Amino acid sequence: MRTDRTREAGREVSDLDRPIWEEQSAFDERDTADIERVGYPDFGDDPSLPVQPPVSRSGRHQAPPKPPHRSRHAEQESAGLAQAEMDPDADPPMQALARVPRQDRTRPRGRGDLVRTGIRGLGQMLITGGLVVLLFVVYELLVTDLVTDQRQEELTDELVQNWEDDPTLGPDLPGGGLSEIPMGEGFAFIRIPALGTDYVRVIVQGTTSGALQQGPGHYVESAMPGELGNFSLAGHRTGKGSPFIDLDVLRPGDAVVIETMDTYFTYRVLGDPATGNFGADPSGIPGQEIVSPQDVEAVFPIPGVNDASVAPTDAYLTLTTCHPKFSNQQRLIIHAVLEGPGLSKADYPDGPPAMTEA
Amino acid sequence: MYSWIWRTLPGGLPGKLAGSFLLIAAISALLLFIVFPWIEPSLPFNDITVE
Repeated sequence: MRTDRTREAGREVSDLDRPIWEEQSAFDERDTADIERVGYPDFGDDPSLPVQPPVSRSGRHQAPPKPPHRSRHAEQESAGLAQAEMDPDADPPMQALARVPRQDRTRPRGRGDLVRTGIRGLGQMLITGGLVVLLFVVYELLVTDLVTDQRQEELTDELVQNWEDDPTLGPDLPGGGLSEIPMGEGFAFIRIPALGTDYVRVIVQGTTSGALQQGPGHYVESAMPGELGNFSLAGHRTGKGSPFIDLDVLRPGDAVVIETMDTYFTYRVLGDPATGNFGADPSGIPGQEIVSPQDVEAVFPIPGVNDASVAPTDAYLTLTTCHPKFSNQQRLIIHAVLEGPGLSKADYPDGPPAMTEA
Repeated sequence: MYSWIWRTLPGGLPGKLAGSFLLIAAISALLLFIVFPWIEPSLPFNDITVE
């Protein structure tokens, strides 16, 4: 058993790249020699004892996949030893310090090693866990964006193709001409000029996590674009393309344009554009509000009115997303109201006026 | 664990470095494209709807 260890130790050292790790190798050999000289009198060859042979120790020493680290450490340590041993004029405290690890190494090993190994293993597991969590953050913030952007491009192509192929998917019939849209399928574009003239996303049907992974999703029970009632959308604040990350910069009067097969619908964020007061709309519906996740009244036909017997007389738009950013403690809600009738896309080939006013 | 992997990887220092890189890449890809998308729906912080 001893011979095996020694041979393995020798192989370990010879595996090293001599020119670079020369000092470390010398150190390890001395390390091993010390232990060999002292031996393991306490444990003998009792196999029940979890003895950590010098192989493991020096092997572990050589193990980290970051050679520069170890090299610097080893150089410092052996330099310290060398200085203390070769320089008799060195400060006594320095000598004492330098000798500590040497004495340490010659101490008999036992339960302490087991504990050390256990703690080291635990530390490595914790570090690994931390790295995995970090990687998950990278995934949430960056990789999901890539996936969603890709999906949005596909949805855009599909939607344009559908509109060209099949006029019956279209017209934006009040009363729910589009209500048979399959879950997860794109059916309209949302443009928000205040977030940039190039801000456009495909709206998909449904608010399941699968649907929302692809883009802003339409609450199935809510109205369709242009309909009386409340056309309500949910979108991710951070990650998954972050479609609604900047909803908080919308101000009263800002336009939200919904493009369906043949119509542009322009909604205006509620409130007083002059003062920026979200609560100034005569209807009493705020342009922006922050609510708890349970406040479903936000997407009711008349936002905030929990009474099914009152028929809506206006066409609202509601956008919901997380608040604050990176959290899901609350919901940021934007309410807007339809401005005038829908504009025929045939009449406005360059887009509705709201797109160029900002 | 890491020391064991490093000792087990073949091919001297270049081989060990290449092997480590491959391992890291493979595990990252596994996590990013299979494990995380699979585990994500059961995590709470993607709820963005009012319900």
